[in-house]
Amino acid sequence: MVGSTANLSGMPLWLLAELTYRCPLQCPYCSNPLEIASYKNELSTDDWLKVLREARKLGAMQLGLSGGEPLVRKDLELIVKEGADLGYYSNLITSGVGMDEERVVALKEAGLDHIQISFQASDKELNDFLGGTSSFQHKLDMARAVKANNYPMVLNIVIHRQNIDHIEDILKMTVELKADYVELASTQYYGWSALNVNSLLPSREQLERAESIAHAYQDQYRNKMKILYIVPDYYETRPKACMNGWGSVFLTIAPDGRALPCHAAASIPDIEFPNVKDRSINYIWNDSDAFNKFRGFGWMKDPCRTCPEKEKDFGGCRCQAFKLTGDATNADPVCSKSPHHQKLSDKVAGLQDVHQLQGAPIVFRNMSNSKSLSDNSD
Amino acid sequence: MSEDRIPEINSFFRLQWEEAQNSFVLLYPEGMVKLSQSAGEILKRINGKSSVQDIIRDLQSAFPDVDLTSDVITFINQATENGWLNR
Repeated sequence: MVGSTANLSGMPLWLLAELTYRCPLQCPYCSNPLEIASYKNELSTDDWLKVLREARKLGAMQLGLSGGEPLVRKDLELIVKEGADLGYYSNLITSGVGMDEERVVALKEAGLDHIQISFQASDKELNDFLGGTSSFQHKLDMARAVKANNYPMVLNIVIHRQNIDHIEDILKMTVELKADYVELASTQYYGWSALNVNSLLPSREQLERAESIAHAYQDQYRNKMKILYIVPDYYETRPKACMNGWGSVFLTIAPDGRALPCHAAASIPDIEFPNVKDRSINYIWNDSDAFNKFRGFGWMKDPCRTCPEKEKDFGGCRCQAFKLTGDATNADPVCSKSPHHQKLSDKVAGLQDVHQLQGAPIVFRNMSNSKSLSDNSD
Repeated sequence: MSEDRIPEINSFFRLQWEEAQNSFVLLYPEGMVKLSQSAGEILKRINGKSSVQDIIRDLQSAFPDVDLTSDVITFINQATENGWLNR
């Protein structure tokens, strides 16, 4: 007798509500779009409540409340309450900045299930440098408040060249904070992180060392704390099964109401993404051109079209295919079967000298840099 | 495992009936498991008060045709191993 079955597809099981792109932190690896400054018209509370109701009706179970920093929204508690009343499992994905113990309690009362706090590093100096704000001590305090209020706690640390050599200290910190679950998420290169790839991509040597430490902790804490270690896919030879396939289980709503099959999808030009202000979630998910564009296998070209692994990885990531080849219908160049793979390998090989690259300038994620980047591209 | 054991669902997980899936699911931070009918029938009887013996007895009266004892014990061991139940 087995507990689980895999056949859950066809429904938007995961609703990611990006409530705002405003954020007190300035992490240079942020996966938000570079154009954050141009998102002026955030959805109203009522808009969000409608999104929650309609997606739940289509079978959504997991609700991610993200951003930017979702705590910036004053109506967060109202949105959480609606999510709980509808039967979602709700996840608050936060930097911890904008929270205090009172709000941790209020969110619990509103029905929030889980809080994920991000750390940039395991020491004040590096954490505050990467976040562009003094937040380390507050994050520690909030992590303790989350545990004290009986939430399951996930700690997320994005891993890259600047903090990868501290991985053992990072893991020690997560043990000390009694995390239930730790995500060591290697930076994926979209949005701001793509801009900063020269400062962020770790060398193969750094990666191998970090991986062996992470595995040792996984073994040691097997029954206490789950550790998920995500390797940077630039070093792989097969692509990730991105979003479990386009329009398969993930539905992201951007702060302005645009519906996306993943949070980076707006980076692909020439797709008109529908907005929840104009269309129902039912139409968006089932009928819109955008969500059907790369659904299934019909859109594929070779090598994906005839590949025996296409049902496993769906040809990888559409955004990455566009970013690295200029054509979103190409195979993800992470795949060694892609004719563009060699170019990516060469780029990665060129980023191996840690010491030489250590001084590369870092562009922090903030509204002012977003504005000047868009001015330059005009 | 003793049949006197009183199993308890780990507070990390939430058991819920999902109409759209026509099944019970276990929800947890950023994830979910769809349960088979038999797994759902067992888990919904785990309430932190009933012993394994009580659960078997209750299931046996709902499904009288087959002997469920070893299936239930196997499942509870597996669910404990998965972390769904407190050790």
